[in-house]
Amino acid sequence: MAKVLTSRKACTVNPLKMSQPMGGALAFMGVNGCMPLLHGSQGCTSFGLVLFVRHFREAIPLQTTAMSEVATVLGGLENVERAVINIANRAKPEIIGICSTGVTETKGDDVDGFIRLIRARHPELDHVAMVSVSTPDFTGAFQDGWSKTVDRMVEAFVEPPAEGVLRTRKINVLPGCHLTPGDLEELRDVIEAFGLEPHFLPDLSGSLDGHIPDEFTPTTLGGIGLVEIRAMGSALATVAIGEQMRGAAITLEHKTGVPYVVFDRLTGLAPNDDLMAHLSRMSGMPVPSKYRRQRSQLVDAMLDGHFFFGGKKIAIGAEPDLLWSMASCLTEMGSHVTAAVTTTASPVLERLPVDEVLIGDLEDLEDRAATADLLVTHSHGRQAAERLKIPFYRLGLPTFDRLGAAHLVTVGYRGTRDLIFSIGNLFMGDAHEPDPDTWRYCAPQPEQLVQLNGGV
Amino acid sequence: MSLSNKIQDVFNEPGCGKNQGKQEKERKKGCTKQLQPGAAAGGCAFDGAKIALQPITDVAHLVHGPIACEGHSWDNRGTKSSGSRLYRTGFTTDINEHDVVFGGEKHLYRAIKEIIEKYNPPAVFVYQTCVPAMIGDDIESVCRAASQKFGKPVIPVNSPGFVGAKNLGNKLAGEAILDHVIGTEEPEYTTPYDINIIGEYNLSGELWQVKPLLDELGIRILACISGDARYREVASSHRARAAMMVCSKAMINIARKMEERYGIPFFEGSFYGVGDMSDSLRQIARLLVSRGAPEELVARTEAVVAREEARAWQRLEPYKARLEGKRVLLITGGVKSWSVVAALQEVGLEIVGTSVKKSTKEDKERIKEIMGDDAHMIDDMTPREMYKVLKEARADIMLSGGRTQFVALKAKMPWLDINQERHHAYAGYEGMVELVGEIDKSLSNPVWEQVRRPAPWERAAQDAAGMIRAA
Repeated sequence: MAKVLTSRKACTVNPLKMSQPMGGALAFMGVNGCMPLLHGSQGCTSFGLVLFVRHFREAIPLQTTAMSEVATVLGGLENVERAVINIANRAKPEIIGICSTGVTETKGDDVDGFIRLIRARHPELDHVAMVSVSTPDFTGAFQDGWSKTVDRMVEAFVEPPAEGVLRTRKINVLPGCHLTPGDLEELRDVIEAFGLEPHFLPDLSGSLDGHIPDEFTPTTLGGIGLVEIRAMGSALATVAIGEQMRGAAITLEHKTGVPYVVFDRLTGLAPNDDLMAHLSRMSGMPVPSKYRRQRSQLVDAMLDGHFFFGGKKIAIGAEPDLLWSMASCLTEMGSHVTAAVTTTASPVLERLPVDEVLIGDLEDLEDRAATADLLVTHSHGRQAAERLKIPFYRLGLPTFDRLGAAHLVTVGYRGTRDLIFSIGNLFMGDAHEPDPDTWRYCAPQPEQLVQLNGGV
Repeated sequence: MSLSNKIQDVFNEPGCGKNQGKQEKERKKGCTKQLQPGAAAGGCAFDGAKIALQPITDVAHLVHGPIACEGHSWDNRGTKSSGSRLYRTGFTTDINEHDVVFGGEKHLYRAIKEIIEKYNPPAVFVYQTCVPAMIGDDIESVCRAASQKFGKPVIPVNSPGFVGAKNLGNKLAGEAILDHVIGTEEPEYTTPYDINIIGEYNLSGELWQVKPLLDELGIRILACISGDARYREVASSHRARAAMMVCSKAMINIARKMEERYGIPFFEGSFYGVGDMSDSLRQIARLLVSRGAPEELVARTEAVVAREEARAWQRLEPYKARLEGKRVLLITGGVKSWSVVAALQEVGLEIVGTSVKKSTKEDKERIKEIMGDDAHMIDDMTPREMYKVLKEARADIMLSGGRTQFVALKAKMPWLDINQERHHAYAGYEGMVELVGEIDKSLSNPVWEQVRRPAPWERAAQDAAGMIRAA
């Protein structure tokens, strides 16, 4: 049972958190032919754009309503209208996904109302789907923006199944924002191996996996199609990954009757056993030999690796679901998560295998990581790791100073196996050669003896 | 002065030739083009202000706003420091719903207090953003109160994103340091060789490519505004004898107002390209001499210029044959197009097009001068058009900023980063050799041949098509 604390500082130093509209925009990027649009000043978009470009090393579709001071005060209807028309003409998207920002939420713009007015005035835009999500920057975090947006898409687009439709072998997968395009690709392979047909909402593995398109396109170049989203009601079941996706899974079930299961993580041995059992049950197929083999590889990796993980102190800064995945897996390998910092509230926080978890920033993490053996967080942890002089494992968004962030796989038996190797190697690389003085001053001092004997 | 008056004042900048060419009414509209919703690119005024001042290394840069403004962008600029690294620490009030409802001034005040207690910087810069500007947080009053209470400069930078584009933010940042920083301290000593360099951000350490030559000539950079600057240097920069303004018009208001207030003459120059670098050194020497430095500085400068030019040309010589006739598409706003154009032509590269989106009228004249009347000046090129130019191999390489790099890479064409996130330094004689070397490295990389190879199944399809045609 972890104590969940919230930082009481007035000044956030070295932010860990990113804002809701960014999470929302990324969710829209997993939909084919989409143009995400931030309703705010143009800086909101350009900062986000640079952030994603540096992480994915891909062209990023993201537009802005370019609100000026005057427009903000008067209300943004005209800007949203002009933006939608401009985007429809220039980028020819199938869907425009609108996220609000702090400045337009402060004013109180009713974007859904705007869309209705625009629809009435512009029948020529009937072929473009539009959906808006309320994502003020001053509440919640990236993960909240993502989950709200997926929930909104389910609500807006998924249709109830037609009467008498037979449940097929189709499976809906609702992945949290902590999964990479590589993770989704891995899960697709796993699910398909059971003869099932997965449909991911959103599907970043189709759009931000770094493939080279034949033609230049200004919108997303892959991802789940609108037609597929509409048809999610005819699936056999829904698999939600990460606690953040529970809401969308419930909405989907209410709307269509498709039952769901939430896997709060897919990193580690036990959760993947659960996944295999679940897929086997749903498909009526035994677990394919490929995965039996991969399981045994993972077990072997855990045996080989536990020497290096045992007793290690690890500091992690990540969004709730990613923190949950990592902290659980590393604890199962014998390490202690001695510092945990996250960005926003979540039911998983209390269950973390730590004494306390802080909703805070990277300054807090650095303060708490003074005696840690490893720092795990996104690329912005680089300065802290340098000052702490400990190994640094980059995890999460943004990862801008390493290649291949989109292809880092930490789910499944194989992903967990590779994660153990990567982190185990960091520990091995950091091992200090003993010298004649290594043990010279290690005899316990009197006050330490008192502690060792359980205190006075 | 209120923010809207300040913005009008900046738009009226008499030092800006483009502005002076306009009618009164047009001038009021400002120098930034009206932003197109749904078709806009580029940063906001806050972004511009931060870019302009964040290179001041020992100051705490505190962003008053929701997490978006600092959380997405901190520590992402390539400006380097020879000392403090405090400028790379992200400070923000990260305002919440409570602040939006009740006002964020107290929150801001407490944040300033925490920073001073924990980090004790020589000054705190407070950046205004859209949300607190909308709810009426008066950052100037908060800064004044904090400054009095803590006995330390706390500088308001009033440039919320929604007042305009990046360029306006550069200028508003300039106003902030003109109003609150420059002239507030005195240098320990002065020399007849003291200069300010204005509008140079020391990206990838470019200032350090130039500084050794100035050192050799005995010219002291009293303050660089703002690359690798310390607060104290900027505060005492009003004692310089002359100034050079780099990077187009981004900080012309600083240069002109320092001339007006402190009698510091300035010229506009560039460190990019062999010829421009030499011109800049000569102008610095001439201005200093005109302000009383010994006459012999001119001759010493000429000697250094002659030596360095010869050395640069000698080092560039081997590239000429390799690069002759190679075609470059140049898409940039940050670096003056003409100065890069001239530089690239010096080694025989052909410029098939250059963007002039952010160039002034004079800039365009210069480009014409350099490239001839048939210069392909591109006002606003969509990524789709860039892609076409590259895909159809009408250019061999594109030089642009990070946002458009994938347009080139997805067309499987060489690309070089010349904007603010770049990892290489291209200033001065050293930088020119570096830039040409990078272009050559990119063009001659065997990877292009590899990545353009058709996949076996594509080849099979081509062969089959060929066989059908042959039959």
